[in-house]
Amino acid sequence: MPWIVQNLWLIPALPLAAAAAIAVTKRPHRRFAAAMTIGTMAFSFLLALCAFAHTLNRGATGEITRQVFNFDWFQMGGDTVQLGWVLDPLTAVMLVMVSFVSLLIFIYSTGYMAHDGNFTRFFCFLSLFAAAMLGVVIANSLLLFFICWELVGLSSYLLIGFWYHKPSAAAAAKKAFITTRIGDVVFFLGMLWLYSQAHTLLFYDNAGNGCLENSTLSRMVGLTTTGGMMVTTGIGLLIFCGAAGKSGQVPLHVWLPDAMEGPTPVSALIHAATMVAAGVFLIARVYPILDPGVAGVTGGSTAALTVVAWVGAVTAVFAACIAVAQTDIKRILAYSTVSQLGFMMLGLGVGGVAVGMFHLITHAFFKALLFLGAGSVIHGCHEEQDIRKMGGVRKYMPVTFAAYAVGMMALSGVPIFFSGFWSKDEILHAAHRWPVSSVPFYLGVFGALLTAFYMTRQMFYVFAGTNRGGSEAHGEHAGHAHEPHESPAVMTIPLVILAVFAVVLGFFGTPAWPWFQNYLTGEHAASGLGELFRPDILFTLSLSTAVVAAGLWLGWRLYGRDPIQPAGEPDVLERPDHPVMHDVFTWLKHKLYVDELYEATIIRFNAWCARACSGLDQYCWNSLVMLAGYLVVGLSWVNRAFDEFVINLGFDAGCGGVGLGGRLLSRLQTGRVQDYLRVIGVALAALALFLMWGCSAS
Amino acid sequence: MTPLPAYLLLSSLLFSIGLAGALTRRNAILVLLGIELMLNAANLNFIAFWRYGMEPEAITGIMFVIFSIAVAAAEAAVGLALIISIYRHYKTVNLDKVDELKG
Repeated sequence: MPWIVQNLWLIPALPLAAAAAIAVTKRPHRRFAAAMTIGTMAFSFLLALCAFAHTLNRGATGEITRQVFNFDWFQMGGDTVQLGWVLDPLTAVMLVMVSFVSLLIFIYSTGYMAHDGNFTRFFCFLSLFAAAMLGVVIANSLLLFFICWELVGLSSYLLIGFWYHKPSAAAAAKKAFITTRIGDVVFFLGMLWLYSQAHTLLFYDNAGNGCLENSTLSRMVGLTTTGGMMVTTGIGLLIFCGAAGKSGQVPLHVWLPDAMEGPTPVSALIHAATMVAAGVFLIARVYPILDPGVAGVTGGSTAALTVVAWVGAVTAVFAACIAVAQTDIKRILAYSTVSQLGFMMLGLGVGGVAVGMFHLITHAFFKALLFLGAGSVIHGCHEEQDIRKMGGVRKYMPVTFAAYAVGMMALSGVPIFFSGFWSKDEILHAAHRWPVSSVPFYLGVFGALLTAFYMTRQMFYVFAGTNRGGSEAHGEHAGHAHEPHESPAVMTIPLVILAVFAVVLGFFGTPAWPWFQNYLTGEHAASGLGELFRPDILFTLSLSTAVVAAGLWLGWRLYGRDPIQPAGEPDVLERPDHPVMHDVFTWLKHKLYVDELYEATIIRFNAWCARACSGLDQYCWNSLVMLAGYLVVGLSWVNRAFDEFVINLGFDAGCGGVGLGGRLLSRLQTGRVQDYLRVIGVALAALALFLMWGCSAS
Repeated sequence: MTPLPAYLLLSSLLFSIGLAGALTRRNAILVLLGIELMLNAANLNFIAFWRYGMEPEAITGIMFVIFSIAVAAAEAAVGLALIISIYRHYKTVNLDKVDELKG
């Protein structure tokens, strides 16, 4: 077994060790914390590159390399619980992406968090977070996957609530934790079900008995459960619930926008590159359960994948609609993340692992770029997050503007040169060919239109026009001190690197040269420039180009042509002269009232249940307990009375009697010798009389 | 007719006098005297019973009495020593005052 496979565990272990080391250092050791975090992550990145290089070697027949290392964790009854890690293209590409993006974000964080008092704690959490995510990526057992998955949840909780002194941040952290937990519980059920059916949680086994491998799957395919549903479908749907929680799919998306309360590098890390990607990665990992055909098993059902595709499509449009009406720069990006995650799920559902994963990788880079760019803008605008109070930032922050523009165009899917175009186009192409329904395709196209539109809107708000920030708040005395300023190099260089990748990555997965897809699946798809002009591909390419152009034009028409209103004025779409638009916009602005809906239904129901339970506790159980208590108290009273009045008094009386006897007898003891002598004399006389009388009687 | 009853009468008279003295006197020395009288009454009984008993030839009776007298002498010495030490302690030989053993 190659060295890299055997020691793959080092990749997550190094950041974990760094987190442990930082956790025990004192607060002022900032330099040490940053060096540990960045150093170990750089090392992990190098190892990830080695692993990636290793997977580039194909087997003799051209199939993908997949090597696993399993070990026994513990024995439970007759079963042995095994954990392990796997190195295959899916893992390798995620390892490189996660460690590289994390590394850039860590470097950026040293600039962004430079003035924060809890610098060391922040880096400790960052390291832990990256370690957990890398653990998720290498896991070869659903159990290890779940452990790391929960660690990701925990560290995201810690990071979102990093500024826990802000009540909104604390609430957002709690919301993220609880919402993802709802999905995780269902995921756990799916895991148990899988274990009961497959008798193992290992994905791949050296003997070919892993739960994703042919022999196990073909055994499970024959089984059905209630309603004729296949067991694999049921398990797949349960696992998908976990993925939906983590990846913010409707209806569990509510935590993701609120999670923007964390520091911006955290937003970049959690909501672009790693955490939300975990859900998509989970689906990609367990894909053979959702579609047994991938593992060469015939007769399997892909019903679960249909659900995945529908949920993804709905999420993509739903979140894109909401993003149109938001005014917080990070919140727009958050909703766009939700929307893009929907696209990824759609891609997985309709096209397969490679389609979804390609968008995941490209999205990770340009969304990290956008979040870090947004962080740079926020940093430069003195912690201002409202895009209505920005404007004209291009003048002050040219590097950030350029990088941000690249990210925005990649996200919108501007043709040819930007990675988002190719990955999104591939999803649309797969959706177009999907035999089940064509609605997800139209939803996807609409989502792409909205994406281009809201990103253009944001660009115009933030970077175009004149600055609307300081002048309003501070009047004429604001001066130059409150003008935005460019961020330090430690923050802009990661932006530039990410921008380069946001462009370059797209060329690894174009229809003309589908290297990425071949690499992941081990197939040999046709390549060559001629592929671009196949009718179906040309159709989606030109359609998405048109859609993007329409979105950009619409954005320019509404926000770019006329100067944007001052900060207090309503949005163009919100003006009362378009009553319908105004109402729609208001709905979208309030995020379609999903939070309020949950507030009114689930949370109220939950509160009602809690009250009912509390009432039950208070009146039923409490009184029972009190009754038992009083019973015991009464019994002890009786006991005490018995003690006091029977035992004590009896004993006292006994003592008194003995004392009295003693007193009476002590009277005889006069102490005078003559008294004793007298008694002796009397006794002698009596004896003499008795003897005499007795003798004479006899 | 032997004079034995007369001796016995004398000895019981002597014993009674001794007992009365020991019981009624307050002075410790007089009590001791009473006790000696009772002892001598007993000695007289021994002599009388020996002299007019079954074997007047044997010397057991006289030996007994000689021993008894010797013991009485020693006892008198011990008793007087006790009385002296009581006197030293209580500054009195009045037996009514010496009642520390009362209950």
